[in-house]
Amino acid sequence: MTILKIPTPLRPYTSGQAEVEVHGIKINEVFDDLITQYPTLKSHLYDSAGKMRPFVNVFLGEHNIKDLQGMDTPIREGDRLMLIPSIAGGWHG
Amino acid sequence: MVEELSHEEILRYSRHLLIPEVGLKGQLRLRNSSALIIGTGGLGSPVSLYLAAAGVGRIGLVDYDVVDSSNLQRQVIHGSSTVGKLKVESAREKLIDLNPGIQIDIFNEPYTSDNAMRIARDFDIILDGTDNFPTRYLTNDVAVFLGKPNVYASIYRFDGQVSVFHAKQGPCYRCLFPEPPPPGLVPSCAEGGVLGVLPGTIGTLQATEALKLLLGIGDPMIGKLLLYNALDMSFDFVKLRKNPNCRVCPPNADIHELIDYEEFCGVPGHDHDDTSAGEAWDITAIELAVRIKENHLKLLDVREAHELEISRLPSAVNIPLGQLAERLSELDSAQEMVVFCKRGSRSARALEVLISAGFKKVKNLKGGINAWAEEVDQSLPIY
Repeated sequence: MTILKIPTPLRPYTSGQAEVEVHGIKINEVFDDLITQYPTLKSHLYDSAGKMRPFVNVFLGEHNIKDLQGMDTPIREGDRLMLIPSIAGGWHG
Repeated sequence: MVEELSHEEILRYSRHLLIPEVGLKGQLRLRNSSALIIGTGGLGSPVSLYLAAAGVGRIGLVDYDVVDSSNLQRQVIHGSSTVGKLKVESAREKLIDLNPGIQIDIFNEPYTSDNAMRIARDFDIILDGTDNFPTRYLTNDVAVFLGKPNVYASIYRFDGQVSVFHAKQGPCYRCLFPEPPPPGLVPSCAEGGVLGVLPGTIGTLQATEALKLLLGIGDPMIGKLLLYNALDMSFDFVKLRKNPNCRVCPPNADIHELIDYEEFCGVPGHDHDDTSAGEAWDITAIELAVRIKENHLKLLDVREAHELEISRLPSAVNIPLGQLAERLSELDSAQEMVVFCKRGSRSARALEVLISAGFKKVKNLKGGINAWAEEVDQSLPIY
């Protein structure tokens, strides 16, 4: 079991939860599990071709998985994962 | 170049002079330094106040907006007495009152590819206090091309991010975020809101990093990103590395000059006029008031449920924009429908969803329920 920290902008899609429990031994398995648990997150994390959107960063501990083995990065019990999206500020919508 | 502090300055900055890491030498260094702050809003307020108080000799302020009363919940450099004034003028007044011994250069213009290099060239550091993606990418690229540190901060609801992007010594903003989110995927602050104190927390951290850089002390946040969450009161730090595929900062970069950032991000950076779905799809509040009387129109409110407590149109059905794609079956594509939100931005995006799903008889209420409150039903508040 791994804890994944969800940033505020994505919490509406995890029933408001700040942290979710996900399972898997590699990042891609963990994200498959995440999407199974919270299907509405999918379009926010992946593009229509099924690729992780470039403005979403996944950090394992303090390291960007892009600097490790990407979606194939192995995860150990007790690791902490964090999603880091780009946020822009108080622009009027 | 100022070579010594006056007696008045020595008294003013005495609490700095007592710190060995700053001292007379450091204070003189600040006196001879300069910082450009992009934006005089939520982040720009604490940043400019603290840099001015600290004695940074020359501060540049870039903003083209005027002070609005809805700014005052977080933009503490402005006040009720300056509502309607240019933000840069309002800010300069406050800063000069705080510290008349420094120079404030104001740039009452949007920060764009046309003027950014000229404006930023003569400053030691750049502070990103912007509120939109096009200006963030512009701010980054200018800093990269000029070889200056970009002290970055960003906020949303309860979340804040802080870093120092300095491509000469570490990653830049684009190394972390090569591309902006597609328009509409990440809600803006006016949709999501922002806790008023959040830019205070994050902006003072940003000012701290700026002062460390200008003084040449401590460990600057180059290659580190701080993630703050006010609700959890959590501070997480992660490491950032230079991205070899970054398009602006490595030796093999393919972008060597400023680009069209509004096109790059697919959203306007400055005119804030994203509240239209295109003239053919828009309906004004006045027109809607007439049409409501003539016809039976379906009204679709795509705001979040809690916004209905502020103002609502009684006959409207509420489906928040984020749920629209999944709840299309609740709507009848044969029925004429007017879609609205707060100002017209989310409803314009809702129209894209509806049109691509085959809805043809749809209109966007231009200016949203706020326009309705202003032009049709003054009993409703504007927010």
